[in-house]
Amino acid sequence: MASGLHESSFTNPVVRWIDQRMPVFTMMQKEYGTFPTPRNFNYFWNFGALAMINLMIMIATGIFLAMNYTAHTSLAFESVERIMRDVNYGWLIRYVHMNGASMFFIVVIVHIWRNLYYGSYKAPRELLWMLGVTIFLLMMATAFMGYVLPWGQMSFWGATVITNLFSAIPLVGDAIVTLLWGGFSVDNPTLNRFFSLHYLLPFVIAGVVFLHIAALHITGSNNPLGIEPKGPQDTLPFHPYYTIKDSVGIIVYLIVFAFLVFFSPNYLGHPDNYIPANPLVTPAHIVPEWYFLPFYAILRAVPNKLGGVLMMFGAIAILFVLPWLDRSPVRSMRFRPIAKWFLMLWGVNFFVLMWAGGMPAEGVYVLIARLSTAYYFAYFLVILPLLAKIERPLPLPESIAKAVLRGGGPLPGAAVAKPMEKA
Amino acid sequence: MADTLAPSSSPEMGGAHGEGAHGPDQGTKRDFLKLAAGSFAAVGVGAIVWPFIHSMNPAKDVLALASTDVNLAHITEGQAVTVMWRGKPVFVRHRTAQEIQEAETVPLGELRDPQPDSARVERKPWLVVLGVCTHLGCVPLGQRPTDARGDFGGWFCPCHGSHYDTSGRIRRGPAPTNLAVPEYSFTSDTQIRIG
Amino acid sequence: MMPVRKLPALKLKAAALAAALSLGLMAAPGAQAAEGNIEIPDTRYSFDGLFGTFDRGELQRGFQVYKEVCAACHSMRLLSYRNLRDIGLSAEQVAAVAASYQIQDGPNDDGEMFERPGRASDRFRRPFPNDAAARAANNGALPPDLSVIVKARVGGADYIHALLTGYEDPPPAGVTVMEGMYYNKYFPGHQIGMAPPINSDGQIQYADGTRATVDQMTRDVSAFLAWAAEPELETRRAMGVRIILFLIILGGLTYAVKRKIWARVGGDPVT
Repeated sequence: MASGLHESSFTNPVVRWIDQRMPVFTMMQKEYGTFPTPRNFNYFWNFGALAMINLMIMIATGIFLAMNYTAHTSLAFESVERIMRDVNYGWLIRYVHMNGASMFFIVVIVHIWRNLYYGSYKAPRELLWMLGVTIFLLMMATAFMGYVLPWGQMSFWGATVITNLFSAIPLVGDAIVTLLWGGFSVDNPTLNRFFSLHYLLPFVIAGVVFLHIAALHITGSNNPLGIEPKGPQDTLPFHPYYTIKDSVGIIVYLIVFAFLVFFSPNYLGHPDNYIPANPLVTPAHIVPEWYFLPFYAILRAVPNKLGGVLMMFGAIAILFVLPWLDRSPVRSMRFRPIAKWFLMLWGVNFFVLMWAGGMPAEGVYVLIARLSTAYYFAYFLVILPLLAKIERPLPLPESIAKAVLRGGGPLPGAAVAKPMEKA
Repeated sequence: MADTLAPSSSPEMGGAHGEGAHGPDQGTKRDFLKLAAGSFAAVGVGAIVWPFIHSMNPAKDVLALASTDVNLAHITEGQAVTVMWRGKPVFVRHRTAQEIQEAETVPLGELRDPQPDSARVERKPWLVVLGVCTHLGCVPLGQRPTDARGDFGGWFCPCHGSHYDTSGRIRRGPAPTNLAVPEYSFTSDTQIRIG
Repeated sequence: MMPVRKLPALKLKAAALAAALSLGLMAAPGAQAAEGNIEIPDTRYSFDGLFGTFDRGELQRGFQVYKEVCAACHSMRLLSYRNLRDIGLSAEQVAAVAASYQIQDGPNDDGEMFERPGRASDRFRRPFPNDAAARAANNGALPPDLSVIVKARVGGADYIHALLTGYEDPPPAGVTVMEGMYYNKYFPGHQIGMAPPINSDGQIQYADGTRATVDQMTRDVSAFLAWAAEPELETRRAMGVRIILFLIILGGLTYAVKRKIWARVGGDPVT
């Protein structure tokens, strides 16, 4: 092509003019319009789109909060309350941001659960999965630093406890903690850098999300059966089938979100964070935000400082190597009669850890936390590798279409669908 | 989100899907549904935007900002003081009899923004104006005795050369209107409250 | 044919939703269970529940209690007099309340701080110039700021009411109370530095003629503090109702469009 212009199939003159010079419309059309997507997604597949929307909500509300927030130890608490009281709709924006963090973790945890259940992390989607775990890690870092910004008691003491984790590192631990603090305790320099990083990291997350989606669009989506689409009869164009199905999910999600924001905005928070930070008094019970509780439980389950820290980070790190721990060739737990129950137990166990993380670190709670921690790791390190060898999976269906279309073959409706699959 | 892209980015797809496969009345029903859902979604998005925009408007504490009291007892004739009100300078000048006379005798026809002096002061000796040039917001000179006061004895804006007279009215230069007069009142003979 | 096909989808949606909700529901009790095990009695307020609103008369009485009793020691530094418009005072009443306080301002032209009558835009005057002065005047204990106290305590307004009525003199058998401390059933650790602030019927004269019993006064001031902590509560709930109704309608429409579109390929697959 001599002119160097992209060959555009769009007819609208403005769209066409742009598309010929920068084929974004062609790209959108390919990746979100005609993109062939397995036809048998269930509603668990909404959660990727939900996470995306949630990230956008967090960035938008965060930018507007930052316009009124003051990152100084003597003003931070008051500036947040000024947002709540005096800034127009400030309470709304702040409560959306605050509860948005919880919603984000709910959505992403369900998203991860779907991956575990349907084996989406397995080849060829290992990198896709690892990028996802990276996003999860970045989210935790961002959420942690965001929680520090209102400069309440939990902010301050959460920051103190979590940054002190790094002091467990032999030899350089203390130097690292001093570096993180920019001083000899959590103080104004710490608050300032946390604000800076809290503003930065969401954009890093957005970047990794882009890579996550780029990788997804190379391998294509997994599906509840865990078998690859074999041809056009197994897929549907992303638009309108999944855009509309995602829209349904998004609205249900917004209803839950709205209920939290408007009717119990502080339900998931801790009252102590409405007490201004006081470096001289530690609250009686320091509890992190709920989404950190399982990992907090793992930290406290180990009676050794360094060991606890290693286990806690290990609980995330192990997810990175999951594709190589689970060697079973079958993805979906639907066809893994034994592994399915171990995974269910792992899910329950995750909630047990969450519960134990919120309990005082004493007596029977410690024992429960230890057993739960053991199972958390055993599932990945022992059970999955072992099951790959001994489990006999159920027979896999021949194709997606065969399995999901009633009567074992294409229905009249599906026949209608065929021609446009090529679109 | 992606749904709203559909009409512009892939008109041909919508056609291929709906009406082609089904009867015309089914198409109409879906179109109506789509239209209803689409307009609802559009209203929703619009409603979401407003709180964000409105959050950038002055907050309640800013609107309720304290008024400023100025004690006039210290300001001798011919002197001026600058006070801060709502983050902006306010010029308070104790005018001389000659300055008052100049301000009152200017024919209104000569003025770019015609306004008699009487409409700009509460009490003749005291001129209270916002010290913000109506051109592009600089603070004009003329408060200190050593300042250039321009050709009309009032203020002179050094940024782009606007001249104001002893009633704070624009006489020459690019500024379009007179210096604004803030809302103020005399709380006693020697004190005013601005705002 | 349609309804049958819809079922699995609905079930899954419900499952997903339940999963999301249970995550949230499990977490909060976990986070708060650690806060001691004293049962706080439930006080019934007009703002209870999902749709409750404040009772303006109660808030005004509560403000009177705060002003005449609590304000001697407790600041409410996040509130301004202008905020009292929200509890039903007129602009003139607010100006009068504000003007009854001397507020420090300055420096003046001589470089000195001075006092002037308060204005609506002023913050509530603090009883002590700083925390050290507050401690010094209160036996070493710092009376906490009450601006957001209801959000800052487990149990909220119920807790405040319980605390104010939970003094026991003499303390239960076997409990020794330290010098300068008071026994309170509901205070964590049971020993509180604050003397019973509201202790006799008729302690104040309500402007609206309501009989000032201890229960009445403690309820009123708790309600006032609840409003102070969450002045946006009524707007928030009203907006929430509208937004959720809107979303339900939009959800219904979207779901209908979804079914229509998926009907072309035989409805939802067997998943």
